[in-house]
Parts: sequence; structure tokens; C-alpha cells
Amino acid sequence: MQGHYLLMTTLLFLEQTLNGLQQGVMLFLMAAGLTLVFGIMHLLNLAHGSLYMVGAYVCATVTQASGSFLIGVISALGACAASGMVIEILAMRRLYAREHLDQVLATFGIILFFNELVKILWGPQALFLNPPALLNGTMEILPDTPYPTYRLFIIAVGLIVALGLRHLILNTRVGMLIRAGATHREMVGALGVNIDWLYTVVFGLGAMLAGLSGALAGPMLAIQVGMGENILILTFVVIIVGGVGSVRGALVGALLVGLVDTYARAFLPMGLREFMEPANADNVGAAASGMGIYILMAIVLLFKPSGLFQAYKGQS
Amino acid sequence: MANLLSVNNLHKSFGALQATDDLKLNVETGTIHGLIGPNGAGKTTAINQLSGELFADSGTILFDGENITRWPIYKRAQFGLQRSYQITSLFPEFSVLDNVAIAIQATDGHSFRFWGKARKDKSLIDPAMAVLEQVGMDHLAHTPATDLAHGQQRQLELAMTLATKPKMLLLDEPMAGMGKSESHSMMEVLRPLKGKITILMVEHDMDVVFALADHVSVLVRGHCLVTGTPDEVRAHPDVRAAYLGEE
Amino acid sequence: MITRIRSVQIVTLLILFSLPFIATAMNQPFWVDLSTRILIYAIAAMSLDIILGYGGMVSLGHAMFLGIGAYSVGILTHHSFEGSAVPFLPGEWTGSMSGLVHLPASILASSLLGLIIGLLSLRTVGVYFIMITLAFAQMMFYFMISLPTYGGEDGLNVWGRSEIPGLDLSDSVTFYFVCLMLLLAFWFIARRLVDSRFGGVLRGCKQNEQRLKALGYNTMRYKLIAFTIAGAGAGLAGGLLANLNEFVGPGIMHWTKSGELIVMVLLGGMGTLIGPIFGSAALLLLEEILSAYTEHWMIVLGPILLLVVLFARRGIYGFLAGEGAKDG
Repeated sequence: MQGHYLLMTTLLFLEQTLNGLQQGVMLFLMAAGLTLVFGIMHLLNLAHGSLYMVGAYVCATVTQASGSFLIGVISALGACAASGMVIEILAMRRLYAREHLDQVLATFGIILFFNELVKILWGPQALFLNPPALLNGTMEILPDTPYPTYRLFIIAVGLIVALGLRHLILNTRVGMLIRAGATHREMVGALGVNIDWLYTVVFGLGAMLAGLSGALAGPMLAIQVGMGENILILTFVVIIVGGVGSVRGALVGALLVGLVDTYARAFLPMGLREFMEPANADNVGAAASGMGIYILMAIVLLFKPSGLFQAYKGQS
Repeated sequence: MANLLSVNNLHKSFGALQATDDLKLNVETGTIHGLIGPNGAGKTTAINQLSGELFADSGTILFDGENITRWPIYKRAQFGLQRSYQITSLFPEFSVLDNVAIAIQATDGHSFRFWGKARKDKSLIDPAMAVLEQVGMDHLAHTPATDLAHGQQRQLELAMTLATKPKMLLLDEPMAGMGKSESHSMMEVLRPLKGKITILMVEHDMDVVFALADHVSVLVRGHCLVTGTPDEVRAHPDVRAAYLGEE
Repeated sequence: MITRIRSVQIVTLLILFSLPFIATAMNQPFWVDLSTRILIYAIAAMSLDIILGYGGMVSLGHAMFLGIGAYSVGILTHHSFEGSAVPFLPGEWTGSMSGLVHLPASILASSLLGLIIGLLSLRTVGVYFIMITLAFAQMMFYFMISLPTYGGEDGLNVWGRSEIPGLDLSDSVTFYFVCLMLLLAFWFIARRLVDSRFGGVLRGCKQNEQRLKALGYNTMRYKLIAFTIAGAGAGLAGGLLANLNEFVGPGIMHWTKSGELIVMVLLGGMGTLIGPIFGSAALLLLEEILSAYTEHWMIVLGPILLLVVLFARRGIYGFLAGEGAKDG
């Protein structure tokens, strides 16, 4: 019996690890865009979560209309990249040289606008979307533990995007400009590169990643106004843990936050039951387990105030 | 004469760059000590380690009988080791008088007062005015610091450090960006300090260094090449090769 | 000779003192509650101005103190009503209905939280500080949501306003004047604070913290004290808000509330203390007016904020009082 219990626990642990990875990958898609925009343009964009929300809504609507999840995702990417670039041209580029306080306030205004726009266009009710038929099953990659194919799909997509980003930044001309633009802004301008255009493209790229994250999240949760802010704040935790401006930090931070959050929610209430009445344990556990990632953040702050992978001094 | 500051075997590197390499330096009480060296010799890095902005990788800094190597910047400043910056560092929205007053307040030990009006506080304003007279800026007392000319801003920064009644000043290029007449009036402020306040001064203007300093140290690649009187240093063959020859 | 800034202040005071009488005379009792709400948010925004406008600390989590202050009143009332003991406190204290317990409890709880959050978040500056204060505030938000003991997502009903001997807070005009007195008292204290020696250091932190350290200031301590005092102010406002609404829910510390507090400070005039009163009035009135026309009033408010940031930096009070606004 003892051995069976051990096996069960191990399997549960592995299953939760997959869940954590899946959540981490979603967070990475968000954090990568946010951290690039901050690293290069020194812009703190609270409205990043709004693009996630737009991605989810567009994907769900187009998927339902066309019957194809793939077309839905592609439309979401296009819509988010386009709205990102429009926002950049209309508002954001006026904010790059401003204080963070101005950026916070202006992008807060943009959030209010988007939230209300979505309410007008789609109404206050939440939308729901099923995963595409092809991915709507389970796979037994762990013995006796069917695991949703769609979640595995998300992990795969996230890792592919991470590799793609790495390739883009290290090996392409745009990537070179991104790296150079972050440290030697004037020089890139002096070399005859249209820096405004570069910024618009980077912002569009970040928006597209947020849109991808939102589109992929659609089949797993209720698509509703405010969903962007919830993930935005988690994304902040990721960036605080990983370090502002570092894409590698975003990846490590995202996976850490995803895993810690999942483990805390899965195992903390269970652990509390060992020495509390079940009802109390569930009460306290539910409240406390959500705090896991914030405790992680506090610990990182105590030892590494500017994150695990610091690309820029906290001062900026 | 006793050494007020003595630096032993100081090391600091940034990745592969050895910015401070086994630095040894002694500054005698009451003297003006010049620190010169070619660009990139690690002069500002050295000053930053002395003031506490950077921590050394290894080595010790002894100041007035205390080992201050691991002290944070504010504790060193409280203990009488003050600095100025290469790029002028002031409180731009404050008036000239308020800039000096907040410097005085730093060392009079009464900053956790939450009620009385600081601007009507005689125990701050009177000594602040006295310091401004000392540097010849009393007529500018109520001008916002941001409206001052560059040379005046540099002088105000010096006045702020003086206002804390320091044992020692670390001056990082006090004449940076100044014209002839401005740097002349700065020298007139610095000269009378000799014998009262110990000064370690990084400066590019050789005329200023050789005119003011009692001792000069030459820094090359983070290492102290030679220390001596201005005449000794001027005559030293290694210095001519390493530094003066470049000019 | 009365200066421009004094006349603005005097007119403001006259309006504040006469508002409830005008509202009663015009038979618009709803105005009294709206004005009370403006006063309470003004206290919270003013407390934020101490750290934001004077200390340069952009806290995007200030509503958490508002929430803790409100929940302090809510929880004490809840236990007093149920006759059950307040957990985590020694003895079997069953809470209280007294305002003389409620408001100090609000202030105490929020300063304690301010001290802890400040200790952690003030280790960082700039954009990190913004994100960290937001994250901690969100942590408290989720904590209250998932804590079923005090209503969770549904919040807590506050059964009756705090009891203060000789005053009937359930009378809306009386409650208005209590809030006004507390606002004026808080303004007076904050004014003395920013003009004091301590305040000089705080202003210095905003302009050039590095210089302060090099002069010998352990700036962390000053910022931490200011952060704690600001938390206390917002906690007081939260305690009053719980009384006004006779309800406390997690929504009070939602991060958009923190955003709104920043908006109030900027809209009214940052670094002026009085400005936030105007900011609070402007935002709440705008909300009131716009929402009369459309339920989607935020779609108008959002772009207005953007325009204010881009083009109107001095705020309402700066516009009214001119150059001297920062010193009055």
C-alpha cells in the first residue's frame, strides 16, 4: 500500500508540474512582450493585458464564425499586432520620454477605454470556447493519468515561440537593432535606421505575443472583461522575479511563477489538512495558496532586488 | 603627519575589466591630494569605492581609524567623508539656501522632526548663509538651484559638502566643464581649505592640480603608478611616458 | 493683500462648509452623500500625494490601505454584531461598535501593513516599485476574496455606522462634517509634515536620492516612515468609507481603485496636498455626470486621462492657484 501511495503522489506531482509549465508558458508569452517594450522603449505598459483580452475575444468570435480555431488564432494575432501598432503611433510614442508616472496613468486610461469598448462590442456576458476537435481529448503521457491534449499543445507552442524569439533576437537584423537600440539608442538612429519604425514594430510584436497568449487561453477560461488585468499583474510578478528587460529572465520567471502557483494551490490545502480540520484547512488553504507567488516575489526581492536576470538597473 | 585615509590592496573588476588593481593610496591629514591618470585609468571607480557607491571586491579602506570598507555610503558621509560628483548633483527644485540647509541638517542629527517649519528654522538658515558667504554665493540664496549657471552649480555642490563640516572631501573633477574664470574662482574657494579639510581631488586640468595639491598620485589601469610632490611627479620618467606624453 | 492662492483656499473652504446646507435647501440629499464620498477619497488621495507628490514614490497599490482600513471597521462590527471573538487577538474580544475604536483600528492596521509592504517594496525604485506595490495590493485583494469568513467575494455588510458619543453618524450631514473635520485635520498634519525637516528630506528623495545618501541620509528610513504615514491616512479614509457605504467588499482594493487615486492626485495637482481634494471632486463628479448619459462612461474617461497626461500636467489646483500652489 505504501508503494502505491508513493506512486500516486509522484504522478500527481508530475501532473501538477505539467499544469505549472502550461501556466508558465502562457505567462512567458505575456512577459516577453512587456519586458521587450520596457527594455527597449523604457515604457511601462499597463495596457498590455488589454491586448491579451482583445486576442481572446477576437479568436473566440472568429473561431465560432469560421469554425476553425486556426483562423481564429491567426485573426487574433493580426488584430492585436494591428491595434498595438495603432496605439503605439497614436499614444505610446509620446510617452517614451515621460516619467513612469505619466506612462502608468496614460496606459491606465487606455485600459479603461478597451474594457468599455469590449463591453460595448461583445456585451457583459462571458464567452466560452471549446478547444478544437483535434486537441479536445486527452493523452496518457503519464501512466494511468489522462492529460488534456490542449494543455500539452500550449506548452509546445510556448516553447516554440521562446526558441523563435531567441533566434529573432540573436540572429536577425531586427534582433540586432533591438539589442543595439536598448543600449545605444542614439547610435542606432545615427546609423540611419528609422528608430520610430523599429519601436512600432517591437510594440506590434509584443502586442502580437499578448494576443497569442489571450487566444490560446480562450478555450481554458471564461473570456470576459477584466481578464487582461488579472494576467497583467501575474506578468508583473514574473518580471519582478525574472528581472526587467531580460527575455531570458522572463522565461525563467514565468516558469517559476507558473510552477509555484500551481504547486501552492494543489498541495498547500492538502498539507494543511494533515494538521487542521478539513473545513478550516480548505478555508485557510484557499486564501493562503494564492499567496504563494507573492511570497516567491518577496523572497526574490529580499535577496535580489532587481530580479534574477537583471538586464537594466532598477533605477531606470 | 598621520594618514587620514589609507587604502590597501583595493581590487574591483567588472567582468573581465580590472577597474581597480591592487590600489594603494595614503592621504595625509590636512593636505590636498591630487589623483590624476589617463582616461579609463579608474579614477572615478576608485572614488566611488571610497565614498561607498561601489563596494570593493577585496582590500581595505581605513578612514580616521575606522575600517569603512563595508560601510554604506550614508554612514561614511555621516562619519565625515563627503563627496562631489563629476556630473553636478543638486536638488534642482530647491533654492540655493535650501540645498545648503538640507546638507547641514544631514549632520546635525535632527532630521526626524516632523512638525516645526524647516524654512523658519534659525539653526539651519544661519549656518547655511554662513557657508554661502564663504563660497561667495550669499547673494544667490533664494535662486532655485536649477537656474544657476554651470559654474555656480559646481560651487553650490562644493558648498553643500562643506556645510556638513566634513573631515575629508572627495572631489570628482570639480572643474569639469568650467571656463577659465569659473575654474579660477573655484580655486579661490578651494585654496583656503588647505590645512583645514583633507581633500582627495580627481582633476583633468593639470594646472589646477599642480597649483593646489601637496601630493599627487598617478593612476594607470587601476593601479597607483607613483605618488609624490607635484615636482617629483612632473619629473618622474614613468609618468611622462604613461600620461603626460599623451597630452 | 490676499494672494491668489489664499483666495482659492478660502473659497474652497467656504464651499466645503456650505455644501450640505445648499444640498438640503435644494432638497437634494443625495448630494450630501456624494460630497462625503468626495471628502473621503480626498483624504486617501492626499495621503498618496505625500509619497507620490513629495517623495516621488509611485505606488500603484494605495487602495490596499483603503481596503484594510475599511475591513478593520467591517470586521470589528461583524464580530460585535455576532458576539464572536476576533481571531488572532489575545483574549476573547468580541469587537466593537465604537468609532473611537474603529478609526484608530483602521489607522493602526493600515500603518502596520504600510510598514511591512514598505520594508519590502522600498528596496527597489522606479518601475520595480510600481509593479511591486501593485502586486502586493493584488495579493491582499485575492486574499480577501478567497477568505470566506469575511464574506469573500460578496463582502461584508456593516450593520450601522460607528458610534461616537454625542454624534449621530447615521445622520448624513453630521457624518459629512465629521469627514470634513478629519480631512482638515489630516491636511493640517500633512502640511506641517511636508514643511518640516523631515519633509525637506522627503522632497529631496524625489529630486535626487543619491545626493541625499552622499550627504549622509539613510533615505530608506525616511521613505519608509512617509510610506507608513500615507498608509495610515488611506486607512482612515477606508474606515470612513466603510461607514458611508455600510458595506465592505474586496472591490474597494481592486487595483483600478489605486489607479483612480493616482488620477485624483494628478488631476488635482501633484505635490500640493490641496490639489487631491479638487482631483477627488473632479473624478467623482465626472463619473456622476458621464454615467447619467451612458453606462459606458469609462470609454470617455479613458481618453480624458490620456489627454490630461499628455497636455495638462499642472492639475486643477495648479491652474487655479498659479505658481505658488506647491508651497501653500
